[in-house]
Amino acid sequence: MIGRHPLHTARKRQQRETSPALEIGRNRLLFTGAMLAAAFAVVALRLVDVTVLKGGDEPAIARSAAPTELRTGRADIVDRNGVLLATSLKTASLYADPAIVLDPKEAAAKLSRVLPQLGEAAIAAKLKSDRRFVWLQRHLTPRQQYAVNRLGVPGLNFQTEERRVYPGGPLAAHVLGHTDIDNRGLAGVERQFDEELRAREKPLRLTVDLRVQHILHEQLERAMRAFHAIGAAGVVMDVTNGEIVGMVSLPDFDPNLPTAIDADSRFNRATLGVYEMGSTFKIFTTAMALDAGVVSMSGGYDATDPIRVARFVIRDYHAKRRWLSVPEIFMYSSNIGTAKMALDVGPAEQRAFLSRIGMLRGSPIEIAEVGQPLVPNRWREINAMTISFGHGLAISPMQLVAGVGAMVNGGVLYPPTLIRNESGSARAGKRVISARTSDQIRRLMRLVVEHGTGNKADAQGYLVGGKTGTAEKVMGRRYKAKALMSSFIAAFPMNAPRYVVFAMLDEPSGNKETFGYATGGWVAAPVVRETIARIAPLLGVRPVDEQAPEIRRHVAVDVVTEKSGKRRLASF
Amino acid sequence: MNAFARTDTSILGRWWWTVDRWSIAAIALLIAFGMMLTLAASPPVADRLGYEPFHFVRRQLGYLPLALAVLFGVSLMSPRGIRRLAIAGFLVALAALAATFVFGAEVKGARRWLNLGSVSIQPSEFIKPTFIVVTAWLFSMREGMAPEAGRNAAIALYALVVGLLLLQPDVGMAVVVSAVWFTQFFIAGLPLAWVGAFIALGLAGAVGAYFALPHVASRVDRFLDPSSGDTYQVMRSMEAFMNGGALGRGPGEGTVKAVLPDAHTDFIFAVAAEEFGLFACLIIAGLFAFVVLRGISRVMQDSSLFVMLAATGLLVQFGLQALINMASTLRLMPTKGMTLPFISYGGSSLVAVAFGVGMVLALTRRRVGQEGAV
Repeated sequence: MIGRHPLHTARKRQQRETSPALEIGRNRLLFTGAMLAAAFAVVALRLVDVTVLKGGDEPAIARSAAPTELRTGRADIVDRNGVLLATSLKTASLYADPAIVLDPKEAAAKLSRVLPQLGEAAIAAKLKSDRRFVWLQRHLTPRQQYAVNRLGVPGLNFQTEERRVYPGGPLAAHVLGHTDIDNRGLAGVERQFDEELRAREKPLRLTVDLRVQHILHEQLERAMRAFHAIGAAGVVMDVTNGEIVGMVSLPDFDPNLPTAIDADSRFNRATLGVYEMGSTFKIFTTAMALDAGVVSMSGGYDATDPIRVARFVIRDYHAKRRWLSVPEIFMYSSNIGTAKMALDVGPAEQRAFLSRIGMLRGSPIEIAEVGQPLVPNRWREINAMTISFGHGLAISPMQLVAGVGAMVNGGVLYPPTLIRNESGSARAGKRVISARTSDQIRRLMRLVVEHGTGNKADAQGYLVGGKTGTAEKVMGRRYKAKALMSSFIAAFPMNAPRYVVFAMLDEPSGNKETFGYATGGWVAAPVVRETIARIAPLLGVRPVDEQAPEIRRHVAVDVVTEKSGKRRLASF
Repeated sequence: MNAFARTDTSILGRWWWTVDRWSIAAIALLIAFGMMLTLAASPPVADRLGYEPFHFVRRQLGYLPLALAVLFGVSLMSPRGIRRLAIAGFLVALAALAATFVFGAEVKGARRWLNLGSVSIQPSEFIKPTFIVVTAWLFSMREGMAPEAGRNAAIALYALVVGLLLLQPDVGMAVVVSAVWFTQFFIAGLPLAWVGAFIALGLAGAVGAYFALPHVASRVDRFLDPSSGDTYQVMRSMEAFMNGGALGRGPGEGTVKAVLPDAHTDFIFAVAAEEFGLFACLIIAGLFAFVVLRGISRVMQDSSLFVMLAATGLLVQFGLQALINMASTLRLMPTKGMTLPFISYGGSSLVAVAFGVGMVLALTRRRVGQEGAV
């Protein structure tokens, strides 16, 4: 019926003839179809490539980024005997995706029963936030994790983390330092070796001996309590290589609870604090003068009258008001004699010597908390005199310990270290005085303990030698009369020194037992004695008969009491 | 499936026996996949935007009957009816497109949408299919009385439409319209020398767009060098494909939908990959290829140049949109905000696609004696 339409017949003719335009169109249509088919094939191949063959070039970036992000391992820290000081434990940390939490109020009520310290209102506020991730509690115990899991609250999740644990608590707090909640080292060895601890697999071995650390800690704490001191510090160093066997600063902190540390506890009095060390400095002045040859052991100076320079008066604490020989000056701790010794050497020489033994630069000890010494800008004669007996130059106890080590070990300065040398090769030292001068200093230090101000440091059998130091603390621009920094530095055994032991009390007050005295000889020397008596057996130092002739030969000293050299008081 | 007897000569009966039922089956599967994936991908997005979880699912389900009605209604038409509908629709859409410059709502820096009460429509979505049919009509005129006039009119209209699209600016749409228009011109017998000239012109246009339009330049730069800018969506998309593997993580187990802002629209293919895996993706891509290639093979035998040009244009547009979406998600090309037909969320797009495919179905119906052809 439609077929009669005139247009229809025309079209029928057209179809039979298959016009050239239609023919071209079909060919090109075929081409178009082929192109589309090829495009779909490419998409299909890419699909296989990305999903199964993982050929996505981009997530390779994500893969390379992942390890640094996920890496949580942090090497252990052990003491010189391999005792664990710091380790990392896997813990679970609780977080929430508030979008998944169905009922924040109910969830908060349930959670606060399991983790009451968080507080129900605080939890509810977190769970209502718009964010997709909120921490609720880091580092749960396994028991807490189990309890939270048992609640069955959707949207709560755990992330495995690591937590730094210090089994010794505060024992080595200032050596180890601590880390933050993300295990980044914030103080001490943890901070100084942060990168290395992340990278290494083997434990980091320190030079400290936890037993020595414990004894030193206990003795200092006891003295601090007995003398109501506001702080204390102590160091034990191996003089043969500079290894720090013990280092304590009080008050200290528990590195397991890093958020509870206050500024005073964080402060490291052994390395960061710089103090005028007082008479302990006379060791350096005497060694310098003897080594320079300006005076001999039988020589001496007139200490009858105080020295007046400008507005200063230098006087002696235990004044003898006569000529004193070098051993007497050292034994009686004469400021006048020591100042004259320094003047004989000269300010420039003194400065060079103190620089050589590391007194003018911060200690090279491997922790971040290192204080820079306070050095006078102009080094005049008056500076030379006050510095000779430990005033006008403030250094850290660590600098003093290293310097005294060099004075007694034969004259070689070793930079103090906290890291055990695993290679076994001997550490390099630097000769700063002659072996002969060192031998003389050993005798003088032994003399102080045997007959001088340091007799309370005499641990029987260990040939302790030492020197007291009592300095008035500088408060602002003037000295504070009643605030003392009382210290004692010792070495033992004096015939062949192995260890330097230093103890210091910050603002001690004398008590009945010390007849009200709070000087180094009264409050710090006993700490050294007790410490040595307890650590020497652990460190393998045998007690000796102190009166045996072969021992006397090494520690005895002739003390001249008259300038002519005729009157010899005794051969100590 | 024997609802209609062979002898049934009612409108529905004739439709059933002449329409390409295989294509209808493929399209029905695509729509089913689309609903399933909207169900999977859109709740997290709705959640992020502060809607109730099934907000987008409900809306999409609301549009579905309309889309199916359009699809079916249009497929009932004769080629001549299609031509008339397209011309009328083209004029309306052109007017609406022009109106966006005056009344349009600005979304993400482009004025593409017209708000009509509670619904907003994107006129450029409706320009595409109608313009294709109009172009086919103009190119096929050469068979009749004034071939030159038809071709010239086609070129002029093309310039007008692409000009408006570039002004929006909607570069992606302009590129698709250009590609389809060129394909139609090509099939209509464009001399080969001209083909070369047009390809050169297209390349020049692409380079020009790179230098003239900063957001085009930025997208291309980020594709060539992922570190040069924000490639967050594509990177997450790639992770989704890798996570999915061959069999997928399982329905509802995907994670990418929780972080991708466009998980329910431009990146729905990535959601499909993560939850249902390679094989589901291959099936989806295969369905698109099937619809396009089967349509082309059917019009190949057709004797009407208009039907051939119109159906091919619509199929190329349909296929190109699917290809561009999948290729963007797979990082085969710079990201181009283009929805996956029938699968992505979007009412305007769903109805427009249904309209276009409805016309394809109408044009590919078997016509005894070519009745109704132009």
